[in-house]
Amino acid sequence: MTLLQTRNLDILVARRRLIHRLELKIEPGTSWALLGRNGTGKTSLLHTLAKLLPAAAGEIYLEGENLATLSGKPLARRIGLLFQQGLPAMPKTVFETAMLGRYPHHQSMWKDNREDIEVVENALREFDLMHLSARSTDTLSGGEAQRLALAQLMAQAPALYLLDEPSNHLDLAHQLKGLQRLKAKVTGHRSALVMASHDINLVSQMCDHVLLLMGGGKYLAGPVSEILQEDHLSEAFGCRIRRIESGKGEAVFFFHSA
Amino acid sequence: MLLLLLTLLAIASVLFSLLSGSVTLSLHDLLNAPFAGEKSLQLQIIREIRLPRTVAAFLVGGLLSLSGVIMQILLRNPLADPFILGVSGGAAVGALTAIFLGSSVFWLYQSAFGGALLSILLVFTLANAGKRWSVTRLLLTGVVISAGWGALINLLLTTSSENTVQSMLFWLMGDLSQSRASWHSYALLLAGLGGGLALSRALNVLTQGDQNAQTLGVNVEALRITLYLAASVLTASAVVIAGSVGFVGLIVPHAIRMLGGRDHRYLIPGAILLGGSFLVFADSLARTVLAPQQLPVGVVTALIGVPSFILILRNSATQSP
Repeated sequence: MTLLQTRNLDILVARRRLIHRLELKIEPGTSWALLGRNGTGKTSLLHTLAKLLPAAAGEIYLEGENLATLSGKPLARRIGLLFQQGLPAMPKTVFETAMLGRYPHHQSMWKDNREDIEVVENALREFDLMHLSARSTDTLSGGEAQRLALAQLMAQAPALYLLDEPSNHLDLAHQLKGLQRLKAKVTGHRSALVMASHDINLVSQMCDHVLLLMGGGKYLAGPVSEILQEDHLSEAFGCRIRRIESGKGEAVFFFHSA
Repeated sequence: MLLLLLTLLAIASVLFSLLSGSVTLSLHDLLNAPFAGEKSLQLQIIREIRLPRTVAAFLVGGLLSLSGVIMQILLRNPLADPFILGVSGGAAVGALTAIFLGSSVFWLYQSAFGGALLSILLVFTLANAGKRWSVTRLLLTGVVISAGWGALINLLLTTSSENTVQSMLFWLMGDLSQSRASWHSYALLLAGLGGGLALSRALNVLTQGDQNAQTLGVNVEALRITLYLAASVLTASAVVIAGSVGFVGLIVPHAIRMLGGRDHRYLIPGAILLGGSFLVFADSLARTVLAPQQLPVGVVTALIGVPSFILILRNSATQSP
């Protein structure tokens, strides 16, 4: 069954039409890149899909159910969102912060379930944070904090992962390894992910589909090989972008300021 | 572990309070008091004077600390205290009006509680008017209404005769000498503890910010409204018993956080225990230091509270809480 489907979706922010008549179908096991210039509505779209913002028109269906009828913990078990600005928080330990991801699942009031502890420890391990487990979150570096936010989301284990610039603050190794591991986990569990990003090269390695926002509500959606073409990208970003085949079906993208 | 130590501290504070006063009692007297016969002086002192006052002090300290914990999450501001949204101002205007009119103690209580309720409703409706519920609107409305109550309090103080001003000042500074806790306040503190524990996981999530909490499945708006009403009612019932006892609600939650209780499952019971013990100690000092003269307990809490708070701030600058 289709994981997420939008019909005729319109999103308005401050009276500007960012998304117009979006028809999107996200199947389980796929990973989508969300590309576009600043202010084209990437974050607004993610927040609308997570029900933080109301849609101006149209419907969103999650596994066939209208998103409007879902809320609270049941919704949080199915959609999770990584925020662009990380986790603003009163300081806690790394472990406690990751454990908050288990909130939408069944938790006993006083003690943490053994299953929850296992899930959280696995998530911390995936993002190389196990050794920082007892550290206070206000002593973390930017990259560690971002990995913690990713670990919390992985502990939440939703069906649809919405990631707003997940590679922020991450060093190259963690961008590739950490995000690839997240992707493997997501697609392996028949979940799906949508990640907004500015890194076309990262996206072309990680994702199999692209939603390219062209501005003014126009968009292109489809498989990576179709959308990540020089003409589409150059139009979307307003600068010349060259695509060079590196063999094995992979491509590298270069930018020209002219 | 932390909670166990705090429980011991609470028991110690209660014993200290029962034993100290103008008539010196030993632990031996205290233990024998129940068997010393109805007419014995010791039993009467303990049962009629010290025990009710100690219990009232513990309740007020617990109520204010719990309310402080809630206000600090609700307003996402470490400097928030139970009085910041004007509850105590409303209660004070109610109480001072009663004193001004020369009413009985019974009416003073009713009037103070009425003033607090009026203030809660006023702030709530104004902060909600038309727009969406937001922390900034709530905080601004509360602070403005507080300022309004402050003006009324000054008006009452300047137009009253000298001996009524004396009792008004005691009330404003926080005073336990007349205090008797009613069963409402026991029930409220227990309900607050139970409700707080039931919500503690949601509160932990809420410290991550509204949007993150929302995507983790917390109904943020409903939770914030619940927190506002709960904190206000807890504050109102404490203020009615003892006036505006300052500093307890501000520093006790911070002290527990510094001691490692940042998780609300520990913070909430910890703050109640420490707040209760702190006020019991402070009140014992208030009635013994300058005996036979009694100090308003609010003066003692502030005198202890200011340096402790500075210490906490210094510590948190060197090692993060």
